[in-house]
Amino acid sequence: MKTLRNYLDKIKPNFMPGGKWAMFRSVFEGFETFLYVPATTSRSGVHIHDSIDTKRTMSVVILALMPALLFGMYNVGYQHYLAIGELSAVGFWTIFFFGFLAVLPKIIVSYVVGLGIEFVVAQWRGHEIQEGFLVSGILIPLIVPVDTPLWMIAVATAFAVIFAKEVFGGTGMNIFNVALVTRAFLFFAYPSKMSGDEVFVRTADTFGLGAGRVVDTFTGATPLGQVATHSGGDLVLHNIVGEPLSTLDYFLGLIPGSIGETSMLAILLGAVVLLWTGIASWRVMLSVFVGGLAMGALASLFPSTVYPGSMLSPIDQICLGGFAFAAVFMATDPVTGARTRTGQYIYGFLIGVIAILIRVYNTGYPEGAMLAVLLMNVFAPLIDYFVVEGNIKRRLKRARKA
Amino acid sequence: MANAIKLKKGLDIPVEGRAEARVVEAPPAERYALVPDDFHGIVPKVLVKPGDRVLIGTPLMCDKNRPEMLFVSPVSGEVEAVNRGERRKVLNITVKSDGKMEQSCTTCPEISTLDGQQVKAVLLERGLFMYIKQRPYDIIADPTVFPRDIFVTAWDSAPLAPDFDFVVKGREDDLQAGIDVLAKLTAGRVYLGVRAGSRLAVRGAEVVAFDGPHPAGNVGVQIHHIAPVSKGETVWTLSAFDLLVIGRYFRTGVLDFSRLVALTGSEVKAPHYVKTIWGAELSSIIGENLIPANYHRRYISGNVLTGTRLGEHDYLRAPHSQITVIPEGDDCHEFFGWAMPGFGKYSVSHSYFSWLRPGRRYCFDARLHGGERAIIMQGEYDKVLPMDILPEFLVKAVLAFDIDKMENLGIYEVAPEDFALCEFVDTSKLPLQAIMREGLDKLRKEMN
Repeated sequence: MKTLRNYLDKIKPNFMPGGKWAMFRSVFEGFETFLYVPATTSRSGVHIHDSIDTKRTMSVVILALMPALLFGMYNVGYQHYLAIGELSAVGFWTIFFFGFLAVLPKIIVSYVVGLGIEFVVAQWRGHEIQEGFLVSGILIPLIVPVDTPLWMIAVATAFAVIFAKEVFGGTGMNIFNVALVTRAFLFFAYPSKMSGDEVFVRTADTFGLGAGRVVDTFTGATPLGQVATHSGGDLVLHNIVGEPLSTLDYFLGLIPGSIGETSMLAILLGAVVLLWTGIASWRVMLSVFVGGLAMGALASLFPSTVYPGSMLSPIDQICLGGFAFAAVFMATDPVTGARTRTGQYIYGFLIGVIAILIRVYNTGYPEGAMLAVLLMNVFAPLIDYFVVEGNIKRRLKRARKA
Repeated sequence: MANAIKLKKGLDIPVEGRAEARVVEAPPAERYALVPDDFHGIVPKVLVKPGDRVLIGTPLMCDKNRPEMLFVSPVSGEVEAVNRGERRKVLNITVKSDGKMEQSCTTCPEISTLDGQQVKAVLLERGLFMYIKQRPYDIIADPTVFPRDIFVTAWDSAPLAPDFDFVVKGREDDLQAGIDVLAKLTAGRVYLGVRAGSRLAVRGAEVVAFDGPHPAGNVGVQIHHIAPVSKGETVWTLSAFDLLVIGRYFRTGVLDFSRLVALTGSEVKAPHYVKTIWGAELSSIIGENLIPANYHRRYISGNVLTGTRLGEHDYLRAPHSQITVIPEGDDCHEFFGWAMPGFGKYSVSHSYFSWLRPGRRYCFDARLHGGERAIIMQGEYDKVLPMDILPEFLVKAVLAFDIDKMENLGIYEVAPEDFALCEFVDTSKLPLQAIMREGLDKLRKEMN
């Protein structure tokens, strides 16, 4: 450790203004602060500081995403071997390894593209490399179907990082959640690769692993996909080989869907980490679920075959699709959400309501959670505006009374 | 005493090195210094030259704009130097003590015979007005204004701060006299904010008890919960530690600037109270009472949140009753510190595993623990500011210097010290107190 520190101290002058590699200063500082917590001490104001910084914050979020990521990898393998009818023939690690191989390239592509842009921009603007993309970079692979081509992820990530974040001034300044913009870009630019029955289960092999022919009963539709195309009769959802699913299956998440979104259980584990560490706002998270349940209950009061989504129970509504993932990881993004306490209740509740509203009553979109968060990103400043006005009015009233 | 006002928001930072209730008489210091920067809102005009003989109470400087406001010598002796910095800014005026403690004048008129103007004139002339600050702007009070009310806080709730109930023991008469003096200065009321459970009893002031973590003892927080300041109003604020000096002078006619100072911090071998005089050299207060170390240290006059950073050969600043010494930490390079479990790293969030050991006290050093970023996390400031104020929005209004917004969001109620805890917990490591200070100064310029 000492040698590394000494080495850094030795080469540091080269990167300072006037040094021969001064143009790479922020890259150097990025690596230096990555390796060592900076020893800068306070110049003005408080003399001591809390140990938390943005790197730590982002690491905690990544840690919270791990259950969903690992489960997602397993589930990718599980769905694949289920589809080719070899599930009982392969072991846990083969299943997981298949999923790992399928997901890893997506993570690499999203990080390389996103962080690459961050590095260039930091260099260009001459500020420190910011950590925001560490989280976005792992969110992106988790909210796409497993068969999304890598080049699409690269294009969408580049678009989102540049136009949703850097043009606004970087981490902390963006209006829209970067990962969701990536998803929205993919959704509108390449709709055929983002929905339908073909993309949520990998039927082909991955790097030669798990080759096989799909079984005859196979259909790759996600539960919500089945809901959207349902016509008449009782609504019974099936897994990819035609067996009926229960609420417990939705909760555990061994169903087709975007990579990290299927398991409510894994997502709730992440939620526990986020809430216990105090990184995410429980107000937002709770009110998204309350909003979703409320709208789900309302919809189920008026079941209709025109809108088959209304035949799902409220519990199924929040277990299915990307709802839970959006509630725990997307809505709680502090930068793009409401920042006042009262505002957070309203913001979260409306996300929950709109997510289910889109899902049930807009048959064009089988899933609305991500779009609901993006939509509320737009309204978050407005919500805050009214809460702040309320505070101002209280103060004026007090002054008049006195 | 009425029921205590209970405040939930805030944070008591578990800093190591609390002073035990034991007083040690400090040896007389060789030198004492007056530092103009300690008095925000005045323009210093030096009234002495090196070599001048001064007594306790001899004016050393005055406010250029209000020459009647004098700042006096705390000891008798000889002016040693008027140190100046860039653009001839006065850094400090040092007095070499002769150890005789001679008073320039030993009489003081009876309080009851004076009216408000006369009391004010005495305070200004005897160098006691420097203890009175005002809201808005958190500056040395404007003596021409009649304040709506006067607020005294008898509870310093900051980390490791001296306990007023201990300091006031045996000086209750001084406190009472001080309250009597203040009562002359306002047509409104004098409020004394105390810690819940305190037995302080005074006549002529309304005693309000507060309960809760820091900053419940901040006078700004207390004002907010007793009678908030609106636009156009002015209130005066004091610390009860300073009121004792004023009280003693009016009671006995003797200017006695001695005070009990808490010597605190994890670098101090045996933290305790020291009896000394403001302006005293640091060495006379600390002596040999530091643990041996081969790293840098940070000396602070005041507490770790709002105190002034001192050099090793600096002086106890006039407004403070506390000295804190902590490690600087500038030689500490933590390898992958942000990724480690961090059992020994304090954080108000649970993002380091130090939450496994509640009740533990920490040896904080002066590191920021991260780089400065844009405001990312939400609600961090809210949790530690027990006022009906939206700190994040106020800070943003100040940064944008949007005067209407600042007024609307309560700029007149706050002082930089109220944002100290926000600055401590801030993930983005923004210098919030400096931002507020600059905002208040700019606003004052704009308004006057």
